[in-house]
Amino acid sequence: MRLKLVPAETNWDFFRFSTLAMIGSGAAVIASIVLFFMVGLNFGIDFRGGTTIRTEANSPVEVGEYRDALDALGLGDISITEVFDPTFAEDRHVTMVNIQAQEGEESVSPDMIAAVEAALQEVDPTITFPSVESVGPTVSGELVQTAVLAVMLAIGAVLIYIWLRFEWQFSLGAVAALVHDVILTIGVFCLLQIQFDLAIIAALLTIVGYSLNDTVVVFDRVRENLRKYKKRELKEVLNLSINETLSRTVMTSVTTLIALISLYVLGGDVIRGFVFAMIWGVVVGTYSSVFIASTVLEKLGVKRDWSKPDGGAGTQFSNVDA
Amino acid sequence: MLNIPTWNRVLIWGVVVLGLAFAMPNLFYDRVERRNDAVTAIEEAGGDPADLAGDLGGWPSYLPSSLVNLGLDLRGGAHLLAEVQVEEVYEARMDSLWPEVRNTLRDLRAEVGGIRRQDAPAGELHVLIGNSEGMATALAAVRELAQPVVSLTGVGASTLEVEARGDVIVIRLSEAERAATDNRTMIQSVEIVRRRVDEVGTREPTIQRQGQRRILIQVPGIGSAEELKRLIGTTARLTFHPVTGRATSADAEAPAREMIVPDRDNEGLFYRVESSPVLTGEMLTDAQPSFDQNGRPAVAFNLNTTGSRIFCDYTQNNIGAPFAVVLDGEVITAPEIISAICQGSGQITGSRNVAESTELAVLLRAGALPAGLTFLEERTIGPELGADSIAAGEIAAVVAGIAVLVYMGLSYGLFGLFANAALIINVGLIFGLLSLIGATLTLPGIAGIVLTIGMAVDANVLIFERIREELKTAKGPARAIELGYEKARSAIYDANITTFITAVILFTMGSGPVRGFAITLGLGIITSVFTALYVTRLILVIWFERRRPKKIEV
Repeated sequence: MRLKLVPAETNWDFFRFSTLAMIGSGAAVIASIVLFFMVGLNFGIDFRGGTTIRTEANSPVEVGEYRDALDALGLGDISITEVFDPTFAEDRHVTMVNIQAQEGEESVSPDMIAAVEAALQEVDPTITFPSVESVGPTVSGELVQTAVLAVMLAIGAVLIYIWLRFEWQFSLGAVAALVHDVILTIGVFCLLQIQFDLAIIAALLTIVGYSLNDTVVVFDRVRENLRKYKKRELKEVLNLSINETLSRTVMTSVTTLIALISLYVLGGDVIRGFVFAMIWGVVVGTYSSVFIASTVLEKLGVKRDWSKPDGGAGTQFSNVDA
Repeated sequence: MLNIPTWNRVLIWGVVVLGLAFAMPNLFYDRVERRNDAVTAIEEAGGDPADLAGDLGGWPSYLPSSLVNLGLDLRGGAHLLAEVQVEEVYEARMDSLWPEVRNTLRDLRAEVGGIRRQDAPAGELHVLIGNSEGMATALAAVRELAQPVVSLTGVGASTLEVEARGDVIVIRLSEAERAATDNRTMIQSVEIVRRRVDEVGTREPTIQRQGQRRILIQVPGIGSAEELKRLIGTTARLTFHPVTGRATSADAEAPAREMIVPDRDNEGLFYRVESSPVLTGEMLTDAQPSFDQNGRPAVAFNLNTTGSRIFCDYTQNNIGAPFAVVLDGEVITAPEIISAICQGSGQITGSRNVAESTELAVLLRAGALPAGLTFLEERTIGPELGADSIAAGEIAAVVAGIAVLVYMGLSYGLFGLFANAALIINVGLIFGLLSLIGATLTLPGIAGIVLTIGMAVDANVLIFERIREELKTAKGPARAIELGYEKARSAIYDANITTFITAVILFTMGSGPVRGFAITLGLGIITSVFTALYVTRLILVIWFERRRPKKIEV
């Protein structure tokens, strides 16, 4: 007996929910954009400049006492976050201290770090500082640019690839889906105020890759079925293709989620935000490749005459292993 | 389709075995690392093999011994991003040009009149001439001092831009020369930072030029970024200046083109010296710790030809006058010139002890940084934090692996087991490739591997689902397997190429940990496609040939 999360044969009408999905997704996208402008992302020092000090102590942390000790130094905006992790031992108390970039200074001065460390040691003599990281404002500005550029480039490259392999309608459908995923991920980071640093950009690009992976598999089947059922309506073909690939879609999403969830729980607090972004991305990516990408494709329509290559850029290449 | 030629089989198994062989040393990380360190110690530092026999014996030499490098976030260490102040070089160039300009124009005094250097913006030299009618002659004479630019792109251009602004001659480096100078400054800076880091002798430091004027320095195992900054942040710029007088405070008024320099040992003692040095550290060919005639520690140095000529001329003309040896803006000694020194060597006295003279000799030998460094980014990661991350990553990877294996087994039965074997081989191959290309594993890199464990089964899932579908149309098991592979292929390629594109973009645009993630993700895609299309298929075919089942269930 096999474990099956999806019946062997399904014939669900996904397009029955397409209007609902479009409205829901549209609302979520708008909400994310509003959140981004109203609340904003909780940028880490990679993007904002400043210093992050990780502290570890044996006695419980009194964030208030830490704050009092540090406020006396007059370093401007300081945030202190206590970190909890199931993998920590009972007497391990970790915080992250974020200090804003100091006026007129590229990099932190050693004196400042020494002063901060001394002040905290005053509060708790057992305290240690496993990591101290600081990024100057010039570099952080460039990192923001590079990050935005990287995401745009990835989306652009994918747009072109799918256009070459399929048709432009497929390309737009896929890109709509992954822009949706990226925006929703940024939205959820705004909402939960999880620290947004360089690693999250890596996660975003992975989401782009993953979301695409799913979409492409569905589209590949659509292309095949369009050739097979020349007379059937596009909507029907799309629905059939989604149903045929559904078992695979669920299977892959579940294995990926299994791996990611174990990393989320056991992988330590340093990469938790990163893993969270990817888990969210897999869930949203799976949803969007089924509902968003196909719906966009259905609305745009598609050229049906696959048998006669017309010499267009798309079809020549797409026949290579057809 | 189900007939795989023997050479093909051999090739597939060969790749698998080779990949796993390269991955294997990572299972014995400590032992192999100790052995590799011992080998390096013997080859480079001339260590005694007998002393290191224990470490050497830890790993047989006929087995592969390359390891995955651990990134700073896993091993602990310091990371610095430094920006080289390339403009400082322009200033130094202008300062050293002044005596030449002065001498040239003095020879033309009749036509040009008296000359005076004026204060100028950084990187420019302004010379006021007494007789404005001689300007054309003066300009021509100064232009004579320029040389053709030595660089690939700047061929034909001159090193100097000389123009008249009223009675003032304005001299600055030309655009082409600036570019060429910047490039030389960067190459030199990287080299000098490397030499200094090598002096400390830590394992596998990364020293890379980044962009136009930055250097990335990563040193594993060093206590803190502060320590590293002290080591490479010292400019170690040595200059010899004529002394014009003494002063009592740093704020004392200095005449034009002179500067006040503090004495290193006597607080409150300051020298007034000419801003343009007679000699600079670049003219040194060697420096060794030694002793002066009174038995006090000193540093003996040799000068190159230009240096010894200048030094000879200067000492001959200035017997009895004091001159100052200045290191990074502090006078370390200011002796009087007793006699002309023309043999091209000399001694710097004034070291407090042997340790200090030795250190000074090392810094002088390694060379001065051509320009100062500012630090844009610095990160220190403690070794304990790295060890915690590795431990957590390992546990997560093992749990993820087992969960995926069980799930695949439950979902696809025997076929799931085939895919599982391929998955294990896949992870082995990733490590093999990482070791082979000497890539660096970072914490996000571990996440990349875990993600790959989840996604690697995708290709197999695509194939198995396809075989299931083909079985429904009842073509017999052999035909179904064949069609399953054939039809799943285009989806596998498209899906993986798109993910690979994003990995490549991440790799090119990202840095540090993000790059580590991109590498494992990219390699994971390659190995998972290979294992799904070749390894699983081969296992499946071998099984099929032996059993010849009439019916299969996927």
